[in-house]
Amino acid sequence: MDIQLSGISKQFGQFKALDSVGLNIQSGELLALLGPSGSGKTTLLRIIAGLENADIGSVYFDGVDMANTPLRERQIGFVFQHYALFKHMTLRENVSFGLRVKTRAFRRPAAAIRARADELLKLVQLGGLEDRYPHQLSGGQRQRVALARALAIDPKVLLLDEPFGALDAKVRKELRQWLRDLHQQTGVTTVFVTHDQEEALELADRVVIMQKGKIAQLGSVDQVYEQPASPLVFNFLGDSNIIAAQLQNGAVYVGDAEIGAYSPSANIAVLDEGAVDVYVRPSDLRIADAEQVGIEVVVNSIQRTGPIVRAEVSFAHSTFGQSHSTLRVELPHLHHDVPRFQIGATLRLRLMQFSVFAPQTITAVREQLSAPILIGRERERLAG
Amino acid sequence: MKFKTNSPLPGFAPALFYTVLYLALIVVIPLSGLFFKTAELGLAQFWDLISGERVTHALTISFTTALAAAIINAVFGLIIAWVFVRYDFTGKGLFDAIIDLPFALPTAVAGIALSTLYSGSGWLGSLFNKIGIEIAFTPLGIVIALTFIGLPFVVRSVEPVLRELEKELEEAAASLGANRWQTLYHVVFPTLLPALLSGFALAFARGVGEYGSVIFIAGNVPYVSEVAPLLIVIKLEEYDYAGATAVAAAMLLISFVLLILINALQAWSQRYKSSSQNVSTTPVQEHLA
Repeated sequence: MDIQLSGISKQFGQFKALDSVGLNIQSGELLALLGPSGSGKTTLLRIIAGLENADIGSVYFDGVDMANTPLRERQIGFVFQHYALFKHMTLRENVSFGLRVKTRAFRRPAAAIRARADELLKLVQLGGLEDRYPHQLSGGQRQRVALARALAIDPKVLLLDEPFGALDAKVRKELRQWLRDLHQQTGVTTVFVTHDQEEALELADRVVIMQKGKIAQLGSVDQVYEQPASPLVFNFLGDSNIIAAQLQNGAVYVGDAEIGAYSPSANIAVLDEGAVDVYVRPSDLRIADAEQVGIEVVVNSIQRTGPIVRAEVSFAHSTFGQSHSTLRVELPHLHHDVPRFQIGATLRLRLMQFSVFAPQTITAVREQLSAPILIGRERERLAG
Repeated sequence: MKFKTNSPLPGFAPALFYTVLYLALIVVIPLSGLFFKTAELGLAQFWDLISGERVTHALTISFTTALAAAIINAVFGLIIAWVFVRYDFTGKGLFDAIIDLPFALPTAVAGIALSTLYSGSGWLGSLFNKIGIEIAFTPLGIVIALTFIGLPFVVRSVEPVLRELEKELEEAAASLGANRWQTLYHVVFPTLLPALLSGFALAFARGVGEYGSVIFIAGNVPYVSEVAPLLIVIKLEEYDYAGATAVAAAMLLISFVLLILINALQAWSQRYKSSSQNVSTTPVQEHLA
């Protein structure tokens, strides 16, 4: 089932959670809503489900306006961050709940309901635990029960609100893979909310990046990662270094070094010649060969953290870089560049991939990163 | 019995000592005094004393009215707690304070107020009289007094649990297609049941022993509206100590049995919380078998 959202706005008191958001979700796709807390992603998900009503705007399922269809008639599988399992029911009773509450005309016989619940518990790899209660399970198991319960009603769309947010890293990885497989098996249109960019990039077909109640960028995983539409998107999808640069005659210069041609991507405005900011990921910096263009730097410190070696370098010529004068570099620990990173050594680095944006003051960058995060309790805590 | 604990935090021994001492001084010694006094009677004499028609009638009145009042309080206390937790309205703080008044008010004051209100010539009593219902000086009056006394117990037991109830549970139920009534019945009510039962038990226990607020509105007509605590006082005033202790011991036994029953019911309503060890092994064993 495809879902269309048009002009969705929602306000909580003075806080504008969503500001005329439009979005088309294709049938059968796995879509991630990614953004910092307070960006409106959960509110958007809850509006699709019918758990909240939009102040303005409409939600269409297969072209049908859902304004007058309450939550319980939307046939939506909703999975909550904290599982929301019914504690006083066994796993079987939890999973079969959606089937048991149907009106008599649509309800299947008890034996069939039971069989379906057991089948779903097998699907989520919890066969044999049908008579246990939720408190006897681990977090990962509970979330799988919640998924089985949501799948029991044959949902037209599966909505997951930070489904793995309360789990530890290892379980989270397992469940991601497992959810991906499950989506391939069932083909149900699935939308999930996350603030973990790794999760979004690993799981989703397409990613929606949200900022301050608006969509900052929408695209495939490769599109948003390789052609970020704004500094915010770039920052949000991973670590970043910012280098002050010049745009001249269609090429980008850091100091005297021409680091590459300027090729604006389709989704951002073309920049004027003059001062620009180059954004580069620490893992996209490598030592330049003799014939390659490079930026001269001095190694300040090296830190080995298992599979990754991190180095901090500063520009050899203080003329470029200006205010943000150190760069972070990340290398795989077995990379042939690693031995050359010695404290005090002078190296020439090349940028394997980078993005160019209009120059921003440091405070503007900080503001973008932190401004939308203050909601509810966080704000109270800071005030107190 | 094991007194050694493996807890690294000290304090078990003095805490247990004070607990035992306190319980002994405040509860066990006075109650066992009652039983020693009763034991002097002998079983046959004890049975004679409590099987008299006036005594059995008083006991029946006491327990049935307390039960009725506790049931009424369970229903309406739950509704009041629900409204307090879920809705905001002007004057909520005032109503919230009013709920606790029966705790604070001297019971005799409550009794006089209620009997004035519900007597044949009172505001409400005269209205009910017109439709042929007499409240003062009947068991119905006793039920009203006990309902008044017991209300805060239910409200204050249910309220915190209801406040802690996750909103997501109801949202999950609704997303699965449950209507409001099904959500309340299958999801909310079972979660509240343990707290509701404990409020019910407290209201009931209070009702059984209630004296001050009842004696005015009850009118104390023997065989009609005489409660057991009053009968004990009457017997004491007649210097019939044996009779008084016999009635008291009988009340104590019945109350004790009833409270054990309510506790068992409460344990049953929380069976899903039972210690994970013994329950969790069974499904696995079944699975392996």
